[in-house]
Amino acid sequence: MTTAPEHIIEVKEMVKKFGSFVANDRLTFHVERGEIFGFLGANGAGKTTAIRILCGLSYPTSGEIMVAGHNVYNEREKIKRKIGYMSQKFSLYEDLTLSENIRLYAGIYRLGRREISSREQQLLKRLDLSHIRNKLIRDIPLGWKQKLAFSVAIFHKPAIVFLDEPTGGVDPITRRQFWEMIHDATLEGITAFVTTHYMDEAEYCDRVSIMVDGRIEALDTPASLKQQYESKNMKEVFLKLARS
Amino acid sequence: MSLILDHIDKSFETVQALRQVNLEVQEGELFGLIGPDGAGKSTLFRIMASLLIPDSGRCTMLGHDVVKEYREVRQIIGYMPGRFSLYMDLSVEENLAFYARVFGTTVKENYDLIRDVYDQIAPFRKRLAGKLSGGMKQKLALSCALIHRPRVLILDEPTTGVDAVSRREFWDMLKKIQGEGITIVVSTPYMDEAEMCDRVGLIQKGNLMAISDPASLADGSDARLFSLRSNKGVYAYLDQLRKMEGCRHVWLFGDELHVTLRSAADVNQVQSAIREWADDSLEWKSIVPTIEDRFMELLKEEEI
Amino acid sequence: MNRFLGFVKKEFQHIFRDVRTLVILFGLPIVMIVLFGYVVTTEIRDVEVGIWDRSMDQASIRATQKIFSSGYFVPAGYLEREEEIGELFRSGRAKVVVVFEAGFQKHLQTEKGAAIKLITDASDANSAQLAQTYLQGVLMNYFQSLNQNINVPWSVNLHSRMFYNEEMKGAYMFVPGLMALILMLICALMTSVTITREKEFGTMELLLASPLKPREIILGKVTPYVLLSFVNAMTIVVLGNLVFHVPVVGSIWLLMLECMLYITLALSLGVLISTSAKTQQVAMVMSLLGLMLPTILLSGFIFPIDNMPKVLQWFSAIMPARWFIVIVKNIMLKGTGFAFIWKETLILLGMTLFFILAAVKRFKIRLQ
Repeated sequence: MTTAPEHIIEVKEMVKKFGSFVANDRLTFHVERGEIFGFLGANGAGKTTAIRILCGLSYPTSGEIMVAGHNVYNEREKIKRKIGYMSQKFSLYEDLTLSENIRLYAGIYRLGRREISSREQQLLKRLDLSHIRNKLIRDIPLGWKQKLAFSVAIFHKPAIVFLDEPTGGVDPITRRQFWEMIHDATLEGITAFVTTHYMDEAEYCDRVSIMVDGRIEALDTPASLKQQYESKNMKEVFLKLARS
Repeated sequence: MSLILDHIDKSFETVQALRQVNLEVQEGELFGLIGPDGAGKSTLFRIMASLLIPDSGRCTMLGHDVVKEYREVRQIIGYMPGRFSLYMDLSVEENLAFYARVFGTTVKENYDLIRDVYDQIAPFRKRLAGKLSGGMKQKLALSCALIHRPRVLILDEPTTGVDAVSRREFWDMLKKIQGEGITIVVSTPYMDEAEMCDRVGLIQKGNLMAISDPASLADGSDARLFSLRSNKGVYAYLDQLRKMEGCRHVWLFGDELHVTLRSAADVNQVQSAIREWADDSLEWKSIVPTIEDRFMELLKEEEI
Repeated sequence: MNRFLGFVKKEFQHIFRDVRTLVILFGLPIVMIVLFGYVVTTEIRDVEVGIWDRSMDQASIRATQKIFSSGYFVPAGYLEREEEIGELFRSGRAKVVVVFEAGFQKHLQTEKGAAIKLITDASDANSAQLAQTYLQGVLMNYFQSLNQNINVPWSVNLHSRMFYNEEMKGAYMFVPGLMALILMLICALMTSVTITREKEFGTMELLLASPLKPREIILGKVTPYVLLSFVNAMTIVVLGNLVFHVPVVGSIWLLMLECMLYITLALSLGVLISTSAKTQQVAMVMSLLGLMLPTILLSGFIFPIDNMPKVLQWFSAIMPARWFIVIVKNIMLKGTGFAFIWKETLILLGMTLFFILAAVKRFKIRLQ
C-alpha cells in the first residue's frame, strides 16, 4: 500500500527526444491532488508528447516521473488503472448508444452488474440524458457527447483525469457547464489535467503551465501570471510568452 | 453584392441543418460566421461553394447561381474546407503547384498575393504536407485556396484547434488579403475572433441570428448584466447566486462571473445579499455585454 | 490540357511515393505468376496412386512394382471394387487409380492387347494431367523393354479417364487466367481505392470546388493506371514465356489491343465502384469480393465452366474475365486470328461502354 502523496503528479527533469529533436526539454513540475491543472502551449510545443508519457502510453527518454504514486517506467498498468482520459478527437464510440457506451466502460473497469445499472441510471439522470439513453452517440449534439464522455472518463473514480482539448468546438454555454463539471469532480478529490486553446478557460484553472518549444516557460496561478506579465487576461499572458 | 443567401433551407434525413437563412455580404467585406460545432456552418459554406444544393432558397455568388452556374462559381471562389484537405504525400510546393494548375494558372503569376502567407512556410517547401505542424498546414491550405486569386474566399473554421498565437497571426493575414479587395467569409467557434470581422452573424441550430458589426452587437448596453470578481475565486459564489430569485442566469466568465438579472430592479436584492458574504475582495459592477454574452443570451432564448 | 497533365503528374507522384501501391502494382503480378506457375506445373513427386488389380497375375504385379519404383508415385491402397475409386478420390488419399483388367497377362499376348485404365482426379487439372503423362511414360517404357526380348510383341492399351474435369483444359491455362485476374485486380482495385481515398481524406471536396470537370478527374485518375497495367500485362506475357515456356503463337499486336480493351473495362469498373464506396476499405472489400472472387471462381480460370450448375454458368457469362480468357487462349496458345474472337471482343466492348457510361453518370459533381 502506497501512501497518498500530496503531489499526484511529480515530474523531475523529464526529457523526450525523437531522434535529434527534443520534444520535452527537462520538464520539472508537479500537480497537486485535487487541483485543476491547465497545461497550455502552442501547437507543436510538446504538450501531447508529455501527456502521452504521463498516461503511460510512451516512455520518456530520461527523467523521474511519478503519476498517482507510480513510476512511468515499470508501473504503467497500475497508472492506467488510476487515470481517466478524454480528448476531443476520441471520446465515445459513435456507433454505440449512450447506454452501451457507459456499460462498455464500466465493464472495462470490472464493475459489478448491479453497480453498473444503478450508476448508469444515476449518471444519465444527472446529465439529464435519460430520455435518449438508446440513441446512437453520433446522433446527439457535440456538447452532450462531451459531457457524457467526461462522466464516463471519471466513472471509475480515477485519481487523475486527463482532458485533451475537451471543449473544442463546443458552444459557449455547454463549455461553461463542462467546466463546472470539472470543478465538481475536483471537489470529490479527482485531479484534472486539462489542455485548451480557449484562453478564458485558462482562468478556470487553479494553476497553469505554459509550454514553449518543449520547455515550461511559466507556471503559476492565473492571478499571479497576470500580475507577473502585466496582462489583463490569460490570453495576453499567452501571447506575450508564446510569441517571444 | 458579393454573396446573397435568400431563404436557404437544408435538411439531412432527420436533421434540419439550416432554416430560412438570409445573408448578404458586400464586396471586399470580411464576414464572420460564429457558432458551435453542429450549428450548420459547414453546410452553409458547402452550399456557397456549390458543393451542396439547398432544399429551397437561392444562393448567388457575384450574381452567379451556385446551383445552375456552378462552373462559373467554382472559377471565382477559393474554398478551404473545415478538415485539412491537401495531399499528405505531396510536398508543400507540389501541393501548391497542383492547385495552381488545376485552376489554370501558375504559382509565379499570383505569387505576390500569397507571399506573406507562403514565405512563412517556404523554408519547409520540400517537406511533405502530412509532416507539417497544425499552424503550418493551415497556412499551406490558405495559400492553396488563394493561388488562383479568387474573388471570394470561403474559409470553414480555419482556426479550429489552433493555438492562440497562430490564430492571431492568421487573422492578421486575413486582414491583408482583404486589403487586396477579396471578399472573405470565415467561420469560427472562437467568439474572441469576432472583433476582427467587419460584420458577424451568430448561428445556432441552423438559425442565423443577429447579423451586425461586432461593436454594435456587443453594445446595446444591458442594465441587467453584472460581473462579480473575487480574489478568493468565483466558483464558491456560483451556486449561491443561482439560488437567488432575481438571477436569471449565472455563468463563469474568465476570472469573473457574469450575472444576468431577471429585471434591473432585482439589483438591490442581490447587492444586499452579496454584502452579507463579507468578502472584501468582492467586485460587483454593471458591465457592457461582450459578443459571447450576447450569444449566450440568444442560445438561452432559443431554448425557451 | 495543362490542367489534365497536372492531374496526371500528381497521380504518378502518389503512386511512386507509396511503397504499398508499388509493391501491389509490380510485385504482385510477378509473385503470383511465379507462385501459380510452380505450384501448378512443377515436376511431380510422391503422387498417391491407388491400384485395382483385377487379375493379380505376374505381369500386373510386375507393372505395379515398376510404377512404385519409379520414384514419382507412392501406393495409396489396393482396391477391390469400383466404388472404392470414388471414395479414394473424395477422401483425397489418391490422385490416380490404375486399373488392370481381369486376365491381364493372358490378354497381353493376344492381338487385341491387354488394357490398363488410368483414372485421374482432375479437379486439379494441371497436376492431374502431369501425373497421367508420367504414369503413361513409366508403363510404356516398361512394356517396351519387355518386348525387346520376346518374339510376339505384347501389346498394351492404355485408357485414360478423368474424374470431375473430363475434357481436361490445358496446362497452360493458368497464364491467360492469371492475366485476367491480375489486370482485373490491379485496375479495378487500384482505381476504386485511389478515388475513394480522395473522398476519405477530404481532398475530393477541393477538387469538386475547383473548375475541374468530372471527366478530367476520372481520366486523370485512370490514365496512369492504363499505362502501368499495360506494362503489367506485357510482364506477364514475357514471364510466362521465359519461365514457363508459354508461347505467343498468334499476333502480339492483337494481344496488346485486346489487353488494352480489357484494361479499360476493368478501370471503368473501378471508377464505378468508387462512385458508391465512401471509404477505401469499402472500395477494397467491394473490389476483392465483388470482382476478384467471381473472377477466380466463375471465369473458368480454375473450375471449368461446363461442369458448373446452369445458374452459375449464366453468372459466368457476365464475368468479363471469362471472355478475356477465351480471347487470350486463342491468340496465345492456338494462334487464331481476330476472325475467331470477334464475338468475345464485341462482348467486352459492350461491357466497357456500359461501365463507362454508368460510371460517368453516377459520378457526382457535388458532395452527397
